[in-house]
Amino acid sequence: MEIILRNLTKTFPARGKKGRDGVTAVDHVSFTVPDGELVGLLGPSGCGKSTTLNLICGLESPTDGAIFFGEEDVTRLAPELRGVGMVFQNYALYPHLTVRQNIRFPLENRTGKDRLSRQDIDRKAEEAARLVQMEELMDRRPGELSGGQQQRVAIARALVKSPRVLLLDEPLSNLDARLRLQTREEIRRIQKQTGITTVFVTHDQEEAMSICDRIAVMRDGVLMQQGAPQQVYDDPESLFVARFLGTPPINVFHGSIRNQKLCIGDQPVMDAAGAADQEVWAGVRPEGFVPCPDGPLACRMERVEVMGRDTSIISSHSACTQPVIRSIVSSESAASLRSGQPAEALVRFALKPDKVFLFDRDTEARIRLRPAGSVPASERSAR
Amino acid sequence: MNKNSPKAWLYLLPALLFLLAFLVYPLLDVMVYSVEEGFNFASQTYFGTGLYNFSYVLHDPYFLQAVKNTVLLVLITVPISTGLALVISAALSSIRPLRELFQTIYFLPYVTNTLAVGLVFMVLFQRTEYTDGLINLVIQLFGGPVIDFIDGPYWAKMLVLCVYTVWVVMPFKILVLTSALASVNPDYYKAARVDGTPRLRVFTRITLPLISPMIFYLVITGFIGAFKAYSDAVALFGTDLNAAGMNTIVGYVYDMLYGDSGGYPSYASAAAILLFAIVLTVTCINLLVSRKKIQY
Amino acid sequence: MEQHTTFETAQKRALLQERIRRGAVYLLLTLWALIVLFPFYWMVLTSVKSYGAYNAEHIPSFFTLHPTLQNYIDAFTTVPLVGYLLNTLIFTVLTTGLMMVVSVLAAYAFARLSFRGKNLLFTAFLSMMMIPSELVVITNFATITHLGLRSTFTGLVLPSVTSVFYIYLLKENFEQVPDELYRAAKVDGTSDLKYLWKVMIPICRPTIVTVAILKAIECWNSYVWPRLITDDPAYYLVSNGIQEIRENGFGRENIPAMMAAVVVISIPLILLFLIFRDKIMSGVSRGGLKG
Repeated sequence: MEIILRNLTKTFPARGKKGRDGVTAVDHVSFTVPDGELVGLLGPSGCGKSTTLNLICGLESPTDGAIFFGEEDVTRLAPELRGVGMVFQNYALYPHLTVRQNIRFPLENRTGKDRLSRQDIDRKAEEAARLVQMEELMDRRPGELSGGQQQRVAIARALVKSPRVLLLDEPLSNLDARLRLQTREEIRRIQKQTGITTVFVTHDQEEAMSICDRIAVMRDGVLMQQGAPQQVYDDPESLFVARFLGTPPINVFHGSIRNQKLCIGDQPVMDAAGAADQEVWAGVRPEGFVPCPDGPLACRMERVEVMGRDTSIISSHSACTQPVIRSIVSSESAASLRSGQPAEALVRFALKPDKVFLFDRDTEARIRLRPAGSVPASERSAR
Repeated sequence: MNKNSPKAWLYLLPALLFLLAFLVYPLLDVMVYSVEEGFNFASQTYFGTGLYNFSYVLHDPYFLQAVKNTVLLVLITVPISTGLALVISAALSSIRPLRELFQTIYFLPYVTNTLAVGLVFMVLFQRTEYTDGLINLVIQLFGGPVIDFIDGPYWAKMLVLCVYTVWVVMPFKILVLTSALASVNPDYYKAARVDGTPRLRVFTRITLPLISPMIFYLVITGFIGAFKAYSDAVALFGTDLNAAGMNTIVGYVYDMLYGDSGGYPSYASAAAILLFAIVLTVTCINLLVSRKKIQY
Repeated sequence: MEQHTTFETAQKRALLQERIRRGAVYLLLTLWALIVLFPFYWMVLTSVKSYGAYNAEHIPSFFTLHPTLQNYIDAFTTVPLVGYLLNTLIFTVLTTGLMMVVSVLAAYAFARLSFRGKNLLFTAFLSMMMIPSELVVITNFATITHLGLRSTFTGLVLPSVTSVFYIYLLKENFEQVPDELYRAAKVDGTSDLKYLWKVMIPICRPTIVTVAILKAIECWNSYVWPRLITDDPAYYLVSNGIQEIRENGFGRENIPAMMAAVVVISIPLILLFLIFRDKIMSGVSRGGLKG
């Protein structure tokens, strides 16, 4: 089932005093979730992603805009009529009911002609439990389950009524690191197996990037960018998105464009064809640094961290907005650096143009360069 | 660590003295009293020891009347007040505007003097030579007969006592239940809404089980409180409760101790111990039942 | 499209049901509010009706066009209402004050100081919470009588001071003050008593105030103990005063004067409640968790 959000807006009335403007949690968001895809709503806390999810679910009704499930306008429809399954952040499993009773609960609500027979209810509950591999623990209570198991029961409860859409609110935030990795694979598997259109909300970009077909990054109620995870990562439209995605995070420098060149600290470091002279933010992904004896960007060497396959070079530069620059380079190219280098010496980098993004100093919007026809000289010599 | 020791005891001393003198010693002493037969309060002498005091109390028609009154009061008011408080708290939790106002009003009886407001209830229910009283007026409006609730038939007096008791105990129950309801995680309700659960089902299958520990707590304290009823009855029927036939067990204890029929601390002790044997038994049964019912 | 319209009618029906439900809820709540408030209204109303007018009403009227303050004057002149109020005030202040000192010291010892046998003693304290006051009142009555303290404030106050539950409540609150503060004060050479007075009490003031208010309400309304221990009307508290007024006061028929006395007695507590509403309500619901 395709989900279409059209100009969706939600304003909460100001608490207390009248006449004060309310808080706009969701601001004219338009967005399409293609049928059968897993989509992550991503953003820092308070960005409106959970409100967006609640709007899709029907727990909140929008101030403006419309929501379509396929052809059908569900904007004013009560949640139970939308055919959505929802998994809450703390799972909201009823503590006094067993796993089986929890999973059966949504089905037992049906009355009248939708009423299901006992056998049907049992069969569907068993099916849902098998899907999340919980059929062994059907008679336990939620208090006797681990966090990951509770999560799976919550998913089973959401799926048992065969919803058109599955919604997950921060599904991994209550799990420890190891379980998180495992559970996100599990969510991915269940989603692929059922082919159900799924929206999940998270503040953890790694989580979203790893399992989503498509991500949507939000900030202050505004949809900043959407697309396939790799595409958004490789081509951020704003400084915010560039900063939000990627671990370690992007390194941001005070830069300026002079004569079609990007300068960092007076030193031209890269071609910037097609950009007018101005002050900019220059974001460089950690993997965009290439250690190179005659590289244009000279940084103060702090230390080297070896992480096996890769090595990360920690350095600093007065024009960088962060205290240290983190760059990830292959271990071979780092090896030459370490030997015979005095501590606190300079380390020189060349930059990979496709890992460097320029942003307007005021609007923080991306400044697009003319596609460079040639590979920079420094890298050519490195090959 | 122990260098604090003497000083700590110094801090504790006043509390210890008070508790020993007025709580621990009396508790032991009351046991002694209860087995001293023929105790004379003026001369502080007694004939012997034994269980005669208990036997006397158990054969005293006033005590049996008091037990009957108390048990009736408990059986009527505890379920009614708890049920009513549950309905009102649920209603209160479902609204937003005026909630604070209602909460404030509902709590008022808790801070008012039981004796004073009891007098008002007496006036409302009483039939005098001048007036039939407001309640009788309402009854007449619906075509009922005029009843004197304060000096009339037993059931009428019991009814007033129950009504007043419920009125008095409601604030505490409403307060406890509204805070219990407020502490239920709203996600449960959201989940139920997404699943299209009907309101009544949400209440019986989700809300009630979740707040059941608090309901059992209220039932238990309600039983204990109602078994100790006394000043409500005094407020309505005056200090001579035996004459009114409306005495309670606690009232019997005090009457034995002091007042027109007083001066028998041994009988009072025996009656008090019997009362607490009853209360303890009922509380234990309550606890056993709640253990079985509360499953998480 | 057909499915759509069924959704829409369902939606409309749900909306209507919701309205009816809300109406019923407000009706119920208002009804109970009236039941709670009516005795108060009736008490005030009757207290401003004149004696003659009240007894002339075979059918009581719900309002009066000729309010009078005569009943209040009667209440203060015919019966020693001022005396009752003063006695109660003295009793309340003395008992509450003494209890606060005793309880704060004990709670502090349990919360902050360490001594041999602390846990054992605290368990003993907790088990004392279960001793019902009706049991111990018999011996206390005998003790006070033998000490010749009947009809004295000493006799009234002493047995009313103990309150294990409030010690427990204060101790729990004191324990939430971080240990570091105590250690820091010790390093600075602050004495225990000074630390209690200068640090603990100011930090825990909300709870201390709540406990004091709850105890004061309890004192103001206490009936059983004062009744047992005071024969002399000069020492009657308001509860006993009310009972006395009812049985021997204005003559049993002067209901308006009685109601005036009842209003006077009720007002201080209602004012106290309206001022400290949140403290009292949170205190009582916390007290409700002690079981």
